[in-house]
Amino acid sequence: MFKNFKHEKIETNAGLLLVLTMLAVSIGGLVEIAPLFFLKDTVENVDGVRPYTPLESRGRDIYIREGCYTCHSQMIRPFRDEQLRYGHYSLAAESKYDHPFQWGSKRTGPDLARVGGKYSNEWHVQHLIKPTSMVPESVMPNYQWLQENKLDVSDIGDRMRALRITGVPYSANDEEYQRNVKQFGEAVAKTLHIPDALKNLVAQAQEGNFDGDRSSVSEMDAVVAYLQVLGTMVDFSKIKPEDLVKFR
Amino acid sequence: MADNTHSQAQSKGVQTTGHVWDGDLQELNNPLPVWWTYTFYATMVFALVYWIVYPSWPIGKGFLPGMNTVTYVNAEGQEESWHWNTRAKLLFETQDAVKRQKPYYDKVAGLPYDQIAKDPELSSFVVSAGKSVFSENCAACHQAGGQGKVGFFPNLTDDDWLYGGSYEKINQTISKGRRGYMPPFGESLDAAQVDELANYVFSLSGGKADLAKAAKGKELFHSHSGACFYCHSDDAKGRQDIGSANLTDKVWLWADVPGQADDAARIAEIRKVIVSGLNKGVMPAWEGRLNAQQIKLLTVYVHELGGGK
Repeated sequence: MFKNFKHEKIETNAGLLLVLTMLAVSIGGLVEIAPLFFLKDTVENVDGVRPYTPLESRGRDIYIREGCYTCHSQMIRPFRDEQLRYGHYSLAAESKYDHPFQWGSKRTGPDLARVGGKYSNEWHVQHLIKPTSMVPESVMPNYQWLQENKLDVSDIGDRMRALRITGVPYSANDEEYQRNVKQFGEAVAKTLHIPDALKNLVAQAQEGNFDGDRSSVSEMDAVVAYLQVLGTMVDFSKIKPEDLVKFR
Repeated sequence: MADNTHSQAQSKGVQTTGHVWDGDLQELNNPLPVWWTYTFYATMVFALVYWIVYPSWPIGKGFLPGMNTVTYVNAEGQEESWHWNTRAKLLFETQDAVKRQKPYYDKVAGLPYDQIAKDPELSSFVVSAGKSVFSENCAACHQAGGQGKVGFFPNLTDDDWLYGGSYEKINQTISKGRRGYMPPFGESLDAAQVDELANYVFSLSGGKADLAKAAKGKELFHSHSGACFYCHSDDAKGRQDIGSANLTDKVWLWADVPGQADDAARIAEIRKVIVSGLNKGVMPAWEGRLNAQQIKLLTVYVHELGGGK
């Protein structure tokens, strides 16, 4: 069958080359990507991961708006040097409510997957306003407007409803709220209820006082609230390391 | 095949692609070099071996785990093997590194603080290991050399300690974190009173203040309406159990006194703190993030930075 086969036949026939190239590429995708949707070990079964509160979610929007992801990844790879510097390696489960995820494949600044709780709020505020004032060798630009800009909260409900369509379990009615109470506990479920979004957002900003100014809710409040929750949801002291090994 | 085409090319001469441009411009269709062809075949063989050794093909809801295994110690202290994956390998490497560093860490854990600093071998370990932990975790606020930042984060290299400079106190500060607080006096005192207090506070550390105002400020400091002495104590030297500052030395953290050009501006800086108070000075708790040995290393490292107490 292949006795008279010449590769030249493919190379000189654009239509055939196109079809065969697409076939080769789709085999790669089918083998490497498609099975992840069916493997039972892809997303780890761990406690603690919850959707972002309205304030954190808005902080995440601003994080994306300002393009933080172009320099900062949010994925600690399972290597010893990364674990020593950034903390426990990231789990797939930890970004299951991220749409889109912020893993990234390029770092100019450090990884931020576990930056939550590492620094104080005032450090973050000062660092975002003028990074070189805290880290002299930093090449990060200044983001002083975050402190000046009032947070736009007018469409918070719509934003949560949009995320709900992608599968984030924000609750729009009582039935969904009860389901969240079962899954996340009452305290968390309350923060995920869309009708109360604005009230919850303001309450969290007031209580957390992230930007050191309680008179209004600024974009800084939202960004710092988001940064402070990154990587803090899973309590790794309650997980045996070998259980995570077996998820791969 | 490669040899075949090679000999063909030799006997018939190298073929051309068949196109002729400008009457005489032709393109030779040389066969690939033999070394290149065999390297290509070798990569295919490599892939086959890789499929057998490492996790590879997906099958249904699982995948081929590969023959390679990694052995590590599980939470029950027993050896356990699992098919090779990066997480298993990391667990093994982490446990292996702990084993190799164990002699040092055992010594650090077993010795009292002051003995660690005296042991020449251990103290050099503390300086190098402590420094790397410090650079990654502490330097963002306290700066690379521990010199801190006036207005934000305390200097660790001087002799002044807000919460105490003993090994035990430093360890407590690192493990549990701290939270600074001073109430604002802008509403309970009028501008003149605040100015008098600022003059008095400035005079405490030898600053050239208005003596008449300072005398009034002193009275206010010790009165129940000013009530400064509740926290900063009668002698204004502060109380380390609550982290109130010593006002009698030349070390400033919140009011940027050293950064001002003249005495009027220095006093204005002090006024600012009295008026708006402080609700910052937050140090995160490191207990969950660093282990007990790392915190002990850091304690000795920080203690040595400032000469401790």
